Amino acid sequence: MERELHIRFLRDMLRARRMEERIAQEYTRGNIGGFLHLYPGEEAVAIGVLAAAEPGDYIVSTYREHVHALARGMPMRSIMAELFGKRDGCSRGLGGSMHLFDAERRFLGGYAIVGETYPVAIGAAYAVMLRGLPEAVICFFGDGAVNQGTFHESLNMAALWKLPVLFVCENNHYQIGTEIHRHSAVTEVYKRASAYNIPAARIDGMNVETVNRHTRDALARVRAGQGPQLLECETYRYRGHSMADPGSYRPAVEVAAYEADDPIAAEMRDLSLHYPDADTLHALGLDSSESLGRRYVENGHLDTAGLEALEADIRAEIEDAVAFALASPEPTLDDAWGALRPGLIHETLI
Amino acid sequence: MQTLSYWQALNRALEAEMAADDAVIVLGEDVGLYGGTYRVTEGLYAKYGERRVLDTPISEGSFTGLGVGAAMAGLRPVVEIMTINFALLALDALINMAAKIPFMSGGQFSMPLTVRMPGGVAHQLAAQHSQRLEHTLMNVAGLRIVVPATPQDAYWQLRQAIRADDCVIVLEHELLNFDKGPVDETAKAPPPHRATVRRAGRDLTIVSYSRMANQALVAAEQLATEGIEAEVIDLRSLNPIDWDTCAASVRKTGHLLIAEEDSRFAGAGAEISAGLTERCFHSLHAAPMRVAALDLPNPYNKRLEQTCIPQPPDIVAAARALLRDGQ
Repeated sequence: MERELHIRFLRDMLRARRMEERIAQEYTRGNIGGFLHLYPGEEAVAIGVLAAAEPGDYIVSTYREHVHALARGMPMRSIMAELFGKRDGCSRGLGGSMHLFDAERRFLGGYAIVGETYPVAIGAAYAVMLRGLPEAVICFFGDGAVNQGTFHESLNMAALWKLPVLFVCENNHYQIGTEIHRHSAVTEVYKRASAYNIPAARIDGMNVETVNRHTRDALARVRAGQGPQLLECETYRYRGHSMADPGSYRPAVEVAAYEADDPIAAEMRDLSLHYPDADTLHALGLDSSESLGRRYVENGHLDTAGLEALEADIRAEIEDAVAFALASPEPTLDDAWGALRPGLIHETLI
Repeated sequence: MQTLSYWQALNRALEAEMAADDAVIVLGEDVGLYGGTYRVTEGLYAKYGERRVLDTPISEGSFTGLGVGAAMAGLRPVVEIMTINFALLALDALINMAAKIPFMSGGQFSMPLTVRMPGGVAHQLAAQHSQRLEHTLMNVAGLRIVVPATPQDAYWQLRQAIRADDCVIVLEHELLNFDKGPVDETAKAPPPHRATVRRAGRDLTIVSYSRMANQALVAAEQLATEGIEAEVIDLRSLNPIDWDTCAASVRKTGHLLIAEEDSRFAGAGAEISAGLTERCFHSLHAAPMRVAALDLPNPYNKRLEQTCIPQPPDIVAAARALLRDGQ
């Protein structure tokens, strides 16, 4: 694989992780309210999948969607302002963390009810099919969402009508605090797709290159009219389910093992880096990427200036996004009424 | 002018909108090959094909949600939920998705989705198939609800619903399907949510909607033989409500009677009563009265079923009592 692409993946994942870390800080400072579900650990999925998407594709996401939005090309300013509840946010401050939308980038939203992404996705896919366009729909969901009725209903309809949709399971092994063996009789999510004759694969969701390659192949099949596809990406979230959840139900050894398989670290390996062993990594703690960056330089695989430039760009972008969000005005009640029925200007009701 | 039954009027409305706009699709259980459980989609499958007239599995939650997603991606879906009773399985799609996505997205996405659902008390269909959900749906900001009582309104309001960029729920009544009436397909329709005065009168205002508006007219004719002239307002819409038309009538008559088929407690009538009392308090000669269904699941037994929901004699008796109280 091209070194440039590797560096792009590395940059995108670092950018995503840094953004989420800053978002956690802003939540602690009281600038962000409500439920906040963070993505560290799972970056390879969003970055790998969405790097394979075309601008005409539709994306449907969950409540853990900041990084999906970012990877889709939504400006960090617009994401941050939304989390701050401000008028310049992508949803005018009316949606918040779990409801990022961007019509221009065909980002059909983050959904806060588990299992809602499938029907929205097959609906968009139906519209695409009816128009005969070479577009696809990417539908994200978690391992906890496969026991909702909509999963089965929607997979059935998607297969029945050969809808152009790629279902992407982000299997982080936990339905909030319940480990997958305690919530699912069949713990290999991809096997469930066989009930609807949907081609499916289980892949390493901690490796961005693997995710990207499989997504490209699956989307090619979708665009070729072969109907829905499903990818189960095995991944892990380092944090709890949300900021309200310390995640303490998980064995420390398990967390450490996944951290050792950190997707950002994997990118470093692919760049022929010497990477620390699991013990060393664990000692580095959750915020491992900075330390990894230092090691990256120490080992001479990127010059200090190069890494510094990358880090500095990300830092500057985040500072800019936070400043933008802080400065953005609050939405007005008129904004809220206007959003309730956006089509109403053309019509007399009474 | 032609005379059509209610279902035929709905059918003509679908036909007209499908012909006018390729983005209009119809989906639901048995809407295609079978022609619709109440024949409303008859003929559309043959004319527009299986891609625009889509027979779905029994998956209300997901096919209604499919309508939501398709609307977001530029189609104008008309979802038929075979009966309102099954809409309970689609409430997440309706309330959490269709009603809220325009708002949550800051107005980026409109929701040109129409959801048709026949409901109400029909003939001994028992508790699970005799539901009225207006109380549930009215309370959801972001949904518009039309309740046509005549074939003409069914025709107009369904066409308007399909053309609207908001989610519009069309609450049909199962017992109205074979009612016949004049339908003018060329006349200009009134705005979709404007109430109409079905009968003018000076003594009291009866506010009603859907099938019960027709029952109120029957009651008004009986009252007229007793020298009581009731003004009957057919709301045509439950969200929004045309308060101006109602308030003008109440200010004229000074008496408000509400007739609804839904249960009384926290029902549509409660909102109508509160809204008009707030607007017309000083014009009222007596407290508003409601004629409503008993607060019971609907019984299977025929006599009990009829007892549970208001009949024209109940409306007549309530009108008399209201006027007595107000003297």
